[in-house]
Amino acid sequence: MGQNIKIRRGVDIKLNGAADQKSSPTSTSTVAIKPTDFHNLIPKLVVKQGDTVKAGSPIFYDKLHPEMQFVSPVSGEIAEVIRGEKRRILEVRVLADKETVFETHDVSNASNSDATAIKELLLKSGNWPLIKQRPFDIVADPGKSPKAIFVSAFDSAPLAPDYNFILKDRGEDLQTGIDALAKLTAGKVQVVTATNAGVFGSLKNCERHVVNGPHPAGNVGVQIHNIDPVNKGEQVWVVNPQDLAAMGSFLRTGKIDINRTVALTGSEVKAPQYFNVTLGTAVEALTKGNLNDGGLRVISGNVLTGDNVGGKGYLGFYHHQVTVIPEDDEPEFFGWIAPGLNKFSLSRTFFSWLTPNKKYNLGTSQHGEERAFVMSGEYEKVFPFDIYPVQLLKSMLVKDIDAMESLGVYEVAPEDFALCEFGCTSKIDVQEIVREGLDLIQKEC
Amino acid sequence: MKLFKNLFDSLRPPFEKGGKFEKLWPLLDGFETFMFVPGHSTKKGAHIRDGIDLKRTMITVVIALVPCLLFGMWNVGHQHFLAVGQDAELMEKFIYGAIKVLPLVIVSYGVGLGVEFIFCIKNGHSIQEGFLVSGMLIPLIMPVEVPLWMVAIATAFAVVFGKEVFGGTGMNILNPALTARAFLFFAYPTKMSGNSVWVATDGMATVDGFTGATALGNAVEKGMAGVPPYMDSIMGWIPGSIGETSVIAILIGAGVLIYSGIGSWRIMLSMLIGGYVMGMIFNAWEANAYMQIPAHHQLMLGGFFFGMVFMATDPVSASQTATGKWIYGFFCGLLGILIRVVNPAYPEGIMMAILFMNVMAPLIDHYVIQANINKRLKRAKVAA
Repeated sequence: MGQNIKIRRGVDIKLNGAADQKSSPTSTSTVAIKPTDFHNLIPKLVVKQGDTVKAGSPIFYDKLHPEMQFVSPVSGEIAEVIRGEKRRILEVRVLADKETVFETHDVSNASNSDATAIKELLLKSGNWPLIKQRPFDIVADPGKSPKAIFVSAFDSAPLAPDYNFILKDRGEDLQTGIDALAKLTAGKVQVVTATNAGVFGSLKNCERHVVNGPHPAGNVGVQIHNIDPVNKGEQVWVVNPQDLAAMGSFLRTGKIDINRTVALTGSEVKAPQYFNVTLGTAVEALTKGNLNDGGLRVISGNVLTGDNVGGKGYLGFYHHQVTVIPEDDEPEFFGWIAPGLNKFSLSRTFFSWLTPNKKYNLGTSQHGEERAFVMSGEYEKVFPFDIYPVQLLKSMLVKDIDAMESLGVYEVAPEDFALCEFGCTSKIDVQEIVREGLDLIQKEC
Repeated sequence: MKLFKNLFDSLRPPFEKGGKFEKLWPLLDGFETFMFVPGHSTKKGAHIRDGIDLKRTMITVVIALVPCLLFGMWNVGHQHFLAVGQDAELMEKFIYGAIKVLPLVIVSYGVGLGVEFIFCIKNGHSIQEGFLVSGMLIPLIMPVEVPLWMVAIATAFAVVFGKEVFGGTGMNILNPALTARAFLFFAYPTKMSGNSVWVATDGMATVDGFTGATALGNAVEKGMAGVPPYMDSIMGWIPGSIGETSVIAILIGAGVLIYSGIGSWRIMLSMLIGGYVMGMIFNAWEANAYMQIPAHHQLMLGGFFFGMVFMATDPVSASQTATGKWIYGFFCGLLGILIRVVNPAYPEGIMMAILFMNVMAPLIDHYVIQANINKRLKRAKVAA
């Protein structure tokens, strides 16, 4: 049986706008698939504007792994290819048909296939990108064999969706997914939950662990670090539970599962709740008529790690949550001395410590300007790794690969530093530094 | 509020790039960000951020210093009227003290911020807030009769050689405030020690038996007989540097720092333990009268508590790892009492000890981090 782990360092940022446990259907006329969701991927387009595709037809593939297909979530017409600087592809938009026509794959033998066959099936059907890897937090390298595959069955981020609610009827899909993953690793599939109850409690063919504590307890990186840490040269793969169910559904039906249940959350949502959406949906399909007035930031993902997609943007490939918070760029008059009852802080320098259970409507203000590192011990309070975060960051800033390796760079992803970034007195963009550090290691090693 | 906003908006054009006063931009920026925490919104990474910034952090420390400052002002007056043998009311003492102390504070801030502005203008940086605290610490660790020009020189020296040559706030190796004091201690020893600087007498005749010596000065000569009673040492109505005498006022500040999460309780606690251990060793040794002062009393004298709460905990010059903080604090305390007792020429052993440990802090961190690295290497080898 798995371990029972208590995480002590971390913090739950209490925000208004948690989703009610009910879900409604939505419809979207366009979807987008964004190569930028897959970090360091070099996409090679196989369609052009005006082509018609089915749900599950390839849109682009990975230049380094041509067998890895990225597919359309709907059937319809390629409406537009949005490019950025240096003609980098940012988005491929697909105009959806009324009725979705699927590309079908033969999965009749899936339950008896070996690892190679499963891999091939997942790669060509467009399911492979659902698997990510540590180190580097990128799409898993199909040429490698991981020492374990982790599924974090709960999300502890602010206002995060509850997978026990989303997946309550998907036990069979989850089990099929796990059975397939189990063949891909020499080790075990490790499923980490917050409680033993719910749909994950009855899964077999895997090792289950219970992790408790404040965010980032639900971050898979924290769980890997505590259960089976990544050493140099090793790989651990990770899959989000809803993506795992989608993979299982595909292996049972032969059709790509394009449905996701997404939580619409945040203080600026009138009625926060869950929605059944199509992968890559326009966020407008969820937010229309459901937002407060004023300057808003619509985030695909959570407030710590999500992407600012704007009101007209599209849901990210790995996101299961949309958060809407107020934009805030108002200067504060003598903000450094004001009591600050409405400010949330990890320190007790604002009088908001008088109301520890208060929930906040936090906006996007940075609350100050960037400074040099001054405070010490601050990151450590919210960084439950046996790693020295500031020293690791400094080694990344000076691009010292040896130091990065010895300080544990293979065990971290930008999201693990999100709370450090949140709490940083000096307003340093920590996640970006971590990402650049990882990119450097990936390039050099 | 709107008025100030408009004022700054109208002032800005000549200071912007290409403007007449382009080089003076840090000056305007410094004042503007002093009045308004700038309304930058997040561009990358986490979309929401903690309410705290460096200004808030530094102001919290300044607030923690206020009890020491107020008590120090009163005590300056109190000591004065005791020395000249006059009776005085509480307010009278306080006002006398304020007249003596405030010029020191003003000179310290004026010179320090002036130097900082010059460096910022030269480097094109915006003002960093580190000096807000140093500027308050410097007067509080001065004897009241120190000439203002010395404070000015010491502050300038501390800001330039203690901080800016290393790259400014966050980059310094030594605590700037202690650098200022150490500078004066070695450059003008006659003005920073002896018996004539600790109590303001204004040249008036003093009462019989008045020496003007601090508790530590007396302890060297007479041991326990020269030390003020325990309660007086804690309450702080004894001669000494302006802010260092009252343990009560310092503990109020310590409470603010620890509760708000700004000051490191690890360093404070381990330094207290270190000082106590050394005190006990001397108590057991008893080679001279100074060593006989009980450890718990020894700690209440001189600048031990002030150094412990406000100097050793400076996050930039202290150890940065949790384990390192325990070691660093312990040795600050241990060495502080050791230097003070063994070498009476340096009554302020705490200052020496903390500066020495500032230099050692990166080394301590190095070994603490190396231990973590070795643990990881070992794990990798077992796995391989």
